[in-house]
Amino acid sequence: MTGRRLLVRALLALAVLLALLAGAVAMLNLRGEDPVDDHAGPFAATPGQIERGRYLALAGNCAGCHTARGGAAYAGGRGIQTPFGTIFAGNLTPDDATGIGRWNADHFWRAMHNGRSRDGRLLYPAFPYTSFTQISREDSDALFAWLRSLPPVAQANRAHTLRFPYDTQAALAVWRALFFRPGAFTPQPAQSAEWNRGAYLVGGLGHCIACHGSRNALGATDTARGLVGGMLPGENWYAPALDAAHEAGVAEWPADEVVALLRTGATARAAVSGPMAEVVYASTQHLNDADLRAMATYLQTLPQAPAPAPAAPPRRNEALLLRGERIYAQQCAWCHGDQGEGEPGAFPPLAGNRAVNLDNPANLVQMVRRGGYAPATEGNPRPYGMPPFGHVLNDDDIAAVLSYVRASWGNTGAEITPRQAMQR
Amino acid sequence: MAACITCHGREGQATNSGYFPRLAGKPAGYLYEQLRSFRDGRRQQADMSHLLANLSDTYLREMAEYFAALDLPYPPPAPSDLPAAQLARGKAMVFEGDAARGIPACASCHGQALTGVQPGIPGLLGLPRLYIASQLGSWVTGDRRAPAPDCMAEVGRKLNNEDILAVAGWLAAQPVAADAKPAAALPAGVSVACSAMGAHP
Repeated sequence: MTGRRLLVRALLALAVLLALLAGAVAMLNLRGEDPVDDHAGPFAATPGQIERGRYLALAGNCAGCHTARGGAAYAGGRGIQTPFGTIFAGNLTPDDATGIGRWNADHFWRAMHNGRSRDGRLLYPAFPYTSFTQISREDSDALFAWLRSLPPVAQANRAHTLRFPYDTQAALAVWRALFFRPGAFTPQPAQSAEWNRGAYLVGGLGHCIACHGSRNALGATDTARGLVGGMLPGENWYAPALDAAHEAGVAEWPADEVVALLRTGATARAAVSGPMAEVVYASTQHLNDADLRAMATYLQTLPQAPAPAPAAPPRRNEALLLRGERIYAQQCAWCHGDQGEGEPGAFPPLAGNRAVNLDNPANLVQMVRRGGYAPATEGNPRPYGMPPFGHVLNDDDIAAVLSYVRASWGNTGAEITPRQAMQR
Repeated sequence: MAACITCHGREGQATNSGYFPRLAGKPAGYLYEQLRSFRDGRRQQADMSHLLANLSDTYLREMAEYFAALDLPYPPPAPSDLPAAQLARGKAMVFEGDAARGIPACASCHGQALTGVQPGIPGLLGLPRLYIASQLGSWVTGDRRAPAPDCMAEVGRKLNNEDILAVAGWLAAQPVAADAKPAAALPAGVSVACSAMGAHP
């Protein structure tokens, strides 16, 4: 056999292998898909279904992504930053040309359950169908009924601005073959109905893992590890672990307080800020008591991560701490108190506050630089706010004052490096 | 209101950093509409938008009313370093406008005393030059908007750089009377359709 013939055979073998792989990827992308009736008749929704869909859309915070700031509700246009580029949420209003006017309930179910659009295109998982795949057909139909009841808005979808190769359907197909499997919520018979309802909401529509989960290098959330905390993709915010008492776990809390935090955004011991303030404002404050209680029940029973081993006391950078102490006295003590004791109902204590001591200091840096309010909710209609200090304190000042706060009054957080304070 | 003070001063009378506008005593309807505009993307200021993102209309209105009700003395203006000719041009724009280019006098809407008009037209005095210039510039570029009919957008887009420097320079150099208050109404009514003087949802 000549070398040339060998080469031809090797190339042929490679081509067969690639074809098989491509076939496997294609097949994996089709698994679990129900047949779609493209000619299904008009959707006859009941008023109860529409109302149910309105509520479920709040539980899933659909409008959070599918409404641009100041734009028409559910008409899309908000950009979701990812490490691979920006994804623009689509128009969900029933406009024929630009929205879902020509969709039927089967199409909508396939999008929610399988992550495939009406025209057959694969959808990017910034639309968290990796979680929504768990919701029931009944809930999917109710959501569709609600969206169909909205006034149609003619607003063309913006094209995503993703880098190559992430902008190709082939790359997306490979990603899905690796990381997506259509699923269904399976109730745990050993658990109560309330717990199961909570698991369904947290794992499905609530898509909590989209922020509170860890992601791999290709952006896939790790469902096996669960709500272990993670950086928000494309944003310098850290969603703390919900399964750890030293982060944002609630296993030790009274259930009422978990419900209160989700409903009002602030309790005696915690307040939500940053992206979670948006979640409470737009979503959880609107949920009924039974559902919030169910979520609390589920979150309280998450298998708990062990407390971290006590670290050796860090070397104290006295010059940095002294600088931080001066800044604290000048800028912070007025509200948070000389000893970081805060003022109940107004300014949170910094002493012993677990958000202050988080291993990951991203949220602290954000709060000092940009300030922020807890959300205005029915239960907390006039939240107090933290002013932004970005125009008063430079990165080194922010590192110094936060290092001082984390080293004072019994706090145990590590020093903040200039590099950490630089992150925007 | 604690979140407002590092920029706007402890009582909304503005800090001396040269940019942040005074809030105290501005018409409540104006302040409310600006807060909503920051939240809803009609005005572009990253800190303001971030702060207000999850606040309700009711709360924003209360904030606006709080600052509108403050009655604080105005500090004397910093002496202007602009040439007299430029200041004169600014003054002419403020009180006469430029009919040839279809630009009305500032005073025709903001009041002869330039202290604004209830409920929605802001006063123009006692503000930092940099702030006024930046706002006028953002009307030109379309970065600042108001709900339709957006009267100031119509006027603002006709301005050029020379106008802006002159107007901002002259306005910032004017002393403010101790009893300066927004006028109750415009004597001649509003000359252009303007959401600022319409109903506030």
